[in-house]
Amino acid sequence: MEIVAAITAGLLAAIGVWLLLDRNLVRVVLGIVLLGNSINIAVLTAGRLGNRTAAFVTSNGVPELAANPLPQALVLTAIVIGFALFVFALAVLRRTWELHGSTATDRVTEVAEGPSPDLDEKASR
Amino acid sequence: MTPSPHLLLVAPLLLPLGTLIACLLTRGNHRACAGLSLLGAAGLMAVGLALVAYAGRGDILVSQMGGWAAPYGITLVVDRLSAAMVTITGVIATATVLYSLAHDTDPARGRDFHLLTHGLLVGVCGAFITGDVFNLYVWFEVLLVGSFALIALGGDRRRLAGTVVYVILNLIATLMFLLAAGLVYGSAGTLNMAELAALFAAGDTPPGVQAPLVLMLLAFSIKAALFPVFGWLPASYHVAWTPVSALFAGLLTKVGVYALIRLVTLLWPDAGLVHEVLLWVACATMLIGVLGAAAQTEVRRILSFHIVSQVGYMVLGLALATPLALAGAVFYLIHHIVVKANLFFIGGIAARMTGSERLPAMGGLYARAPWLALMFAIPALSLAGIPPLSGFWAKFVLVRAGLETGAWIAVGIALLTGIFTLLSMSKIWNEAFLKAHPLGAAGSRTLTGQAPAWWAAAGLAAITVGIGIGAGPVMDFASAAAEQLAHPAHYISAVLGAPGR
Repeated sequence: MEIVAAITAGLLAAIGVWLLLDRNLVRVVLGIVLLGNSINIAVLTAGRLGNRTAAFVTSNGVPELAANPLPQALVLTAIVIGFALFVFALAVLRRTWELHGSTATDRVTEVAEGPSPDLDEKASR
Repeated sequence: MTPSPHLLLVAPLLLPLGTLIACLLTRGNHRACAGLSLLGAAGLMAVGLALVAYAGRGDILVSQMGGWAAPYGITLVVDRLSAAMVTITGVIATATVLYSLAHDTDPARGRDFHLLTHGLLVGVCGAFITGDVFNLYVWFEVLLVGSFALIALGGDRRRLAGTVVYVILNLIATLMFLLAAGLVYGSAGTLNMAELAALFAAGDTPPGVQAPLVLMLLAFSIKAALFPVFGWLPASYHVAWTPVSALFAGLLTKVGVYALIRLVTLLWPDAGLVHEVLLWVACATMLIGVLGAAAQTEVRRILSFHIVSQVGYMVLGLALATPLALAGAVFYLIHHIVVKANLFFIGGIAARMTGSERLPAMGGLYARAPWLALMFAIPALSLAGIPPLSGFWAKFVLVRAGLETGAWIAVGIALLTGIFTLLSMSKIWNEAFLKAHPLGAAGSRTLTGQAPAWWAAAGLAAITVGIGIGAGPVMDFASAAAEQLAHPAHYISAVLGAPGR
């Protein structure tokens, strides 16, 4: 089980990094999502898979084969946060596309490094 | 002794959160929202001062959330360093909210600014007082979400482009941090920093824990904008709304520096390989940052590169690892947050008065606003380390600590960086203040309602002078904080030894 999870995490991370290196911002954001998911799997796996019984405490104490709940809690938190950030990144992407008409990373860097517009707040096109 | 320490410990989280909710409820009434926001920020400062009063006596305040004992529950810890950081966060928040009132041309943007700023403050304060690696990750995310929306606020083309850079690079850093936290848990079986430190101190380092910790240090380095992973900072900070970039410049990289200081002093209290690497990274950061600034011609871009070079000084203090050097690093943190936010404020006022933030298109400010010139001179000279301002003492302590440990090259680079800093500050001075405005009298703009911005800048300038003149008590506090950092045993026993205290 661990080996499958480890290979999956590695594969996802590889695809994620490959997408991150792309020029198209959409693929960059998708790359971050894949990387995030691979990391979630890695965190879950690092907390040791195997024991499958839910870690409910009964009157007899904790079941013998109780799974470790902490990595699951961690990953759950990370998934929620990751999802929020993904949505925000998509919103930024959409607005970038509307304003720039392009999602090429080079173009974006060029604009950010360009000279500042004069300060009239309406000067922004 | 009236308020319970436990209540005081959660106050830095609850207060900004409460302010956020209050702002949300009054979002229809802009004045009420701004007033509440200012009140909340000032309250945070007061809470910070109360924490300083508690922690200043040398106790480490610990609270276990929900009553679960240390390695299992969520621990909040405040020692002197954390208390000082919370206080300074409150100071900067108050100044920024005050400053934003003068730039408030768009009520919708102003409202969002107040909401998001307090959201950001929850994350920043949380990062300063947590005692647990995974919670540190969560607080980083909280502040990240706030900062993403803040930097994009009122986004035009250029701002959005900067946002893209900021969002993507910070997301990658945070993912690295999450991976590192997960792997640390996998190999050490704990996420509590004190318990990790206890394992390290006892000499039974869990196998395989070093690599994720190095990854974690790398993630913090990205957050702190250390060489060679600082590229995102000068590419994005200058595009934000002025109050936002001042807030970021003051606080955000310092959260990364704080995390580095906390982790390194806890896990590797004695000088070793980690410190050796940090020393060279610090030297490169100081030099490259200041050289990058020399090539820029926009006020906020120059200042952004200076953030990078200044972070190098703090990490230098951490790398030298003697109590004196750590005290220097703490002093530098306090001084730098005030000075840097103030420089962004004054840059913003200057840009609005001259109609541009490109140096060639600015000018004539000395003749028009001599008080602004004086207010610029104070933080600028302090940043460069001219006595008797706060920056001089910070640099003086670091240089002395460097000489004591024989780090000659680092001392040389620190002094050289000071000279270069002075040069680029005089560049801003010559171009924006002394030179006549290129458009002549037509270039001057009259602005109304700028008083809050001036008060914010003047207040921070007064603090800079105050820290410079009253350096003794501040230095004593920084030394005491460094003493706590240099002996992690107190921290460990405070967190692990007395559960639910």
